[in-house]
Amino acid sequence: MPSLKDLRNRITSVESTRKITSAMKMVAGSKLKRAETSAHEGRPYAQRMERMLSDLIGTLPTLDVAPKLLAGSGKDSSHLLIIITADRGLCGGFNVNIARAARRRIEALHAQGKQVKILCIGKKGRDSLRRYHGEDIIETLENITRTGAKFGPARDISRQVRNMFDNGEFDVCTVIFNTFKSAMSQEVTVKQIIPFPVPDVAEKASAPGVAGGHGGEDAPLAGTYEMEPSEGHLLAALLPANLSVQIFGALLESYASEQGARMTAMDNATRNAGDLIDRLKLNYNRTRQAAITSELIEIISGAEAV
Amino acid sequence: MEETIRFEIVTPAKLMLSEEVPLVVLPGEQGHFGVLPRHAPLLSSLRPGTIEIYDGKMKITQQIFVETGFVEVTPERCTVLAEEAIPVQEITRDFAEERLKRASDALMVADTFGVRVGAERELRAAEAMCEAVDMMEKSRG
Repeated sequence: MPSLKDLRNRITSVESTRKITSAMKMVAGSKLKRAETSAHEGRPYAQRMERMLSDLIGTLPTLDVAPKLLAGSGKDSSHLLIIITADRGLCGGFNVNIARAARRRIEALHAQGKQVKILCIGKKGRDSLRRYHGEDIIETLENITRTGAKFGPARDISRQVRNMFDNGEFDVCTVIFNTFKSAMSQEVTVKQIIPFPVPDVAEKASAPGVAGGHGGEDAPLAGTYEMEPSEGHLLAALLPANLSVQIFGALLESYASEQGARMTAMDNATRNAGDLIDRLKLNYNRTRQAAITSELIEIISGAEAV
Repeated sequence: MEETIRFEIVTPAKLMLSEEVPLVVLPGEQGHFGVLPRHAPLLSSLRPGTIEIYDGKMKITQQIFVETGFVEVTPERCTVLAEEAIPVQEITRDFAEERLKRASDALMVADTFGVRVGAERELRAAEAMCEAVDMMEKSRG
């Protein structure tokens, strides 16, 4: 039976925990709002980039003449995985889900006898992968999205990845990140960015919505574009830009998901702390009542004895 | 009602500008070019320079500096994708000159080919930025 003082101490400590989690929830909530806005505002660029790219690819006679970022290096022996997680924990299943998906992917690739290299964005991903696949991690970048996802870092990462690709350090590059569904749910997404999967123009026109609803009216124009300087030059310039955009998009999604996940996790924690406090309070009052009763009985029976 | 073309500048951060304009002049890779409504379809990359937006009386209403980017023109619209776009009046002369100085210093000490290429690109961007400021001051008189 815990004493009254013990119970009181526990109640205070749970109360301060609740204060912290509810503050974290508020912070995550306001960050989430901002992250959602910037994810929303970043969308037009990605959409138009995709449109331009598919127009351009539509003019190519065959893929063989395309730059390597599109056509691939012709091999499939070495994979680079970019794994985007948060730098901090306390956000529910956010990091765990990514790590699990990443581990499954790594093991599958190992089983096929492929070489795997891992680039971690975010500390938590590295921490959970280090135990089993530590030797595959080539680099960890931290604090990329500390103040929200910005284009500058995305461009730097893209440049680094491109350099590695040009040096033949890997053949296929895949990003694993959380896609923002709602504040409550995220979806682990595995997306290949090198070689860039060719957007199928014909398929898009028949599937509205996928391409942001622009396929229809522009489709007949493909192939009639004048190019300045030349197709090859344009494509060579556009593909790296597209790579940056893809990485930037992943960072934006991941950041918004992180805030959403943290908000939900902290909301749950706050509610749990509240429940715990209620139960402890009940227990405390009962114990106090019992003590008072037993004191009264002592007094009464003492008086009767006299 | 005179004819206009839908002109957009999009940066990764946001849709910066989207309006109907009668004429816009862009700094294409192979020289400046103007885009009027019903322009032939065109894809081009841009070099560092100023985008000039004209009004119906052929006066420049807005000048926007871009560093690198791409433009897609169709008869109905003209879309600029730029990693960074800044209205010229927001650039100060000091900032541009400081950048030019830093860029030429960097080029002096560049030793490897890769660094050199990067520094040259930076220098060209800085020069274009200074030019943009010059032009704006001249046009204001």
